[in-house]
Amino acid sequence: MTSTEALGPALALPRKRIRPGELVVRAILFLAAAISVLTTLGIVVSLLLPAVEFFREVSPWEFLTGTTWAPLFEPAHFGVVPLVVGTLMISFWSALVAFPLGVGVAIYLSEYARPRVTAALKPILEILAAIPTVVLGYFALTFVTPLLRDVGLQVEIFNALAASLVLGVMLIPTVASLSEDAMAAVPRDLRDGGYALGADKLQVSTRIVVPAAVSGIIAAFVLAFSRAVGETMIVLIAAGQLPQITFDPRETIETMTAFIGATGNGDVPTGSIEYKTIFAVGLTLFVITLVMNLVSIRLVRRFREVYE
Amino acid sequence: MLFAMLVAFGTLAVLLVDTLITGWPELDRQLFSGPPSTVPEEAGARPAILATLYLGLIVLLLSVPIGVLTAIYLEEYADRERWWNRAIEVNIQNLAAVPSIVYGILGLAFIVRGIGVGRVVLAGGLILTLVVLPTVVVASREAIRAVPDSIRQGAFALGATKWQVVWRQVLPASIPGMATGSILALSRAVGETAPLIMVGAIVYVAFDPTLFGSYTALPVQIYNWTKQPDPTFQTLAAAGAIVLLTIVLGMNAVAIFLRNRYRRQW
Repeated sequence: MTSTEALGPALALPRKRIRPGELVVRAILFLAAAISVLTTLGIVVSLLLPAVEFFREVSPWEFLTGTTWAPLFEPAHFGVVPLVVGTLMISFWSALVAFPLGVGVAIYLSEYARPRVTAALKPILEILAAIPTVVLGYFALTFVTPLLRDVGLQVEIFNALAASLVLGVMLIPTVASLSEDAMAAVPRDLRDGGYALGADKLQVSTRIVVPAAVSGIIAAFVLAFSRAVGETMIVLIAAGQLPQITFDPRETIETMTAFIGATGNGDVPTGSIEYKTIFAVGLTLFVITLVMNLVSIRLVRRFREVYE
Repeated sequence: MLFAMLVAFGTLAVLLVDTLITGWPELDRQLFSGPPSTVPEEAGARPAILATLYLGLIVLLLSVPIGVLTAIYLEEYADRERWWNRAIEVNIQNLAAVPSIVYGILGLAFIVRGIGVGRVVLAGGLILTLVVLPTVVVASREAIRAVPDSIRQGAFALGATKWQVVWRQVLPASIPGMATGSILALSRAVGETAPLIMVGAIVYVAFDPTLFGSYTALPVQIYNWTKQPDPTFQTLAAAGAIVLLTIVLGMNAVAIFLRNRYRRQW
């Protein structure tokens, strides 16, 4: 201010006046941004209220440690463990497919393929990521499961393996694109240093580029795993609705998402215990994915290598 | 690495070919003109296809303006030092990773039962809008960020107000990026099934959908056909999948084309 005053009144800039129109614009923009916050609040409230009512009837201890999930039978059992185990098994097997293959695709696209090849292949990966999950579930049920039987695996009609395999392939683009971004950010100097020491391309890729990009790759893993936990249609169609604690992927299982989808499907009477279980399981699912998300964001921040 | 590429692209190819071969016999006029039926030979998906188009329209009309305005706020107006602006950012990051079925629960509790709109097309459209909103916001923010500051400063130097700079300079320059992101988000909304099951897209709707009427969407119809034991329904599911894939992959192709066509170096 003093400098403008020093120049004398003739040269002073007019005082900044806030135009009413600009204020209106600002308010509208802020309201639009607030919608996303309201969405989150809405999700939390809509999950919590019925879940609290649910936990008035069923103790949280029974819910979290019970090993039988049979909310519709007499006597009813509300142990969520089978659903969580089912979810984790699906996520584990699909991760087993998606992690190595996704990183493999990323290394190929980032280190080996020529720019023109990469430019041609990336849209195809996007298309793989864009296939609606209901179609993937149908494919798992009607193509992958019979195929598994043909090669001699004793799988049930609805089985965790087919669902996991298809889900794993679906997650390859997620892992690949985030990992590739991380690898692209590794400076050329590091690679050249490796070559100068006599390393070949594979050594440079696996021992220099991948470790340098590890924070991004881990973030990709966590995100893909959280997607696997939250995926509904593939498991609902292909993995079945039989809540049981098993670690054999050839068996029929039920995941948290499949339970919600199958139960929310019919005309569940509002206020019934059946209706409330949807929210209790939904809350569990929401908390699990939320924690993984925050972990992923934290991981990226902590291990981010900053290159000039 | 080549094995990894082969698995990814091989599965995609097998999936497309298998769906096409299985569904081809039922991909006839009946599918596009007939209502669903318990008799597989007479079943069609006309109401489902129409409802899916309606849903897409609702999502487009709602998610693009809200998403773009949010992106403008965060990129051009928000002061990062303020905690509420940082909260909005983190919040959107988290929303992008919330499973879509959880949005379905939100829809079940609030829109269908809470407000009492019921199981209507509008409810489905609102929920799908919320599902894809974070995607639109993220894509629009990237598009805005790609506009160099020199353009803004040039406009300010000519005496433009903040909104004039945004409206006449930043927005036009970022439209291709926003369009690409919005189309991709829309294609995701069209293929989304889980939240629609929750907000009650019902199975047998024999009439064309209206905004406040019952409906069934194409992905939900496919899901229901998949559940039927009669093998003809399985074929119908594949035929429906062909229609859905055509819509979704067509949108993706348009988005990729737009991105390549209008990619600009500043």
